[in-house]
Amino acid sequence: MFPAAFDYAAPATLVEALALLKQRGDDAKIMAGGQSLIPMLKLRFAQPALVIDIGRLPAMNGIARHNGHLSIGALARHVDIERNADLAWLCPILVDTVHWISDPLVRNRGTMAGSVCHADPSGDWGSVMLALDASLIARSESGERVIPADGFFQGPFTTTLRPDEIVTEIRIPMPKGPAGGAYNKLERKVGDFATVAVAVHVELSGSKIAKAGIGLTAVGPTNIKATAAEKALVGHEPTDEVIVEAARLAAEAAEPKDDIRGTAAYKKDIVRVYVLRGLRTALGRAREVKA
Amino acid sequence: MKVSMRVNGAEKSGDIEPRVLLVDFIRTNLGMTGTHVGCDTSSCGACTVLVNGDPVKSCTLLAVQVDGSEVKTIEGIAQGAALAPIQVGFHEEHGLQCGFCTPGMMLIGEELISRIPNPTDEQIRWAISGNICRCTGYMNIVKAVQHAAKLTAAAKAPAGKEAAMAGGGE
Repeated sequence: MFPAAFDYAAPATLVEALALLKQRGDDAKIMAGGQSLIPMLKLRFAQPALVIDIGRLPAMNGIARHNGHLSIGALARHVDIERNADLAWLCPILVDTVHWISDPLVRNRGTMAGSVCHADPSGDWGSVMLALDASLIARSESGERVIPADGFFQGPFTTTLRPDEIVTEIRIPMPKGPAGGAYNKLERKVGDFATVAVAVHVELSGSKIAKAGIGLTAVGPTNIKATAAEKALVGHEPTDEVIVEAARLAAEAAEPKDDIRGTAAYKKDIVRVYVLRGLRTALGRAREVKA
Repeated sequence: MKVSMRVNGAEKSGDIEPRVLLVDFIRTNLGMTGTHVGCDTSSCGACTVLVNGDPVKSCTLLAVQVDGSEVKTIEGIAQGAALAPIQVGFHEEHGLQCGFCTPGMMLIGEELISRIPNPTDEQIRWAISGNICRCTGYMNIVKAVQHAAKLTAAAKAPAGKEAAMAGGGE
């Protein structure tokens, strides 16, 4: 298999890349690591006239803390997250998740931002971004835009990113109090897309939950933010009753379909179980931070 | 488009369409067929090569993406006439049956040992989790990588009796 013919450009600067994108817009496709785009090109699901390879742009692969948020450059690869010693305590859910993403070879090339922009409803990072309340920084010739992850996903492989925009960074707000997260994924074999996966994030204030985020993978046309379940947690002490109710509401928010990986009813129940498990892990982690 | 890269230490170049995959550039343009095409869908790892030291799937990379990079294929693994430790490991521990996945498995093993000199079973299993052996000879592949790790460590140790082991082969 090989892709349909396309023109290729590997601009050396962001300014050049944005100018080229402005000129070609919808005809062009941005490529970072290419681990989602190249399979799409090979299957000819995508046939852009121009591939703009941003893989050579300088200074876009950093992972750092800035003014209350964690900044992840658009070219930071999955493996950069996997091997970053600080993230293991700064944001353990990222390290949880990265091990579930495809396999080590794909993680050596693929990027978090590329995966989020690809917007596959079975993609893992999208749910984590929703749970963590992350934002994407998009640049175009007209300036910079901060796009909250909540609302970014419009449908399968469709986002609110405009044709002249390039995502340069992902920003994850740092928690104000003790916090914890967890990502649980059911897959048929190592490296497979999720049958179901659930991202959970909680922040505590005293004995109560101050903030909660729940993102669902592979159970709808996009990654889903389980808003009703989040609301059922905030302001409450995390008793069994509260957690069980949140899990029930999250399962209600899921819109899975029957497929080779399982029936819709089964997937909904996995959402419920994984929200329960995720919340217990996340709360345990948050309490450890406190101690 | 012109591309050039160092493949196993030698400068190679070609004039190709941007859509040419790295694996096809290596096999067709460079005539090096040690890098295999298995699934062609980024699932099996038979096409594994190292790009700037990192294992990647060459069926899911464009050759133009690695323009200017350092590429290592299975042909670059032996040290002259002597087998590399990873090859000795696969030989001694019967780490292959049909051999189709072996180029990928060996490159993964070698890179892992360079990063983690004494990998555990679990670390080896995770490292090869993107590489499929359809003969299902995984147990011996794990042993082969461990064997190679010991040889590599012995070769690096100050001159002693064990250093002789690194020669291996027949």
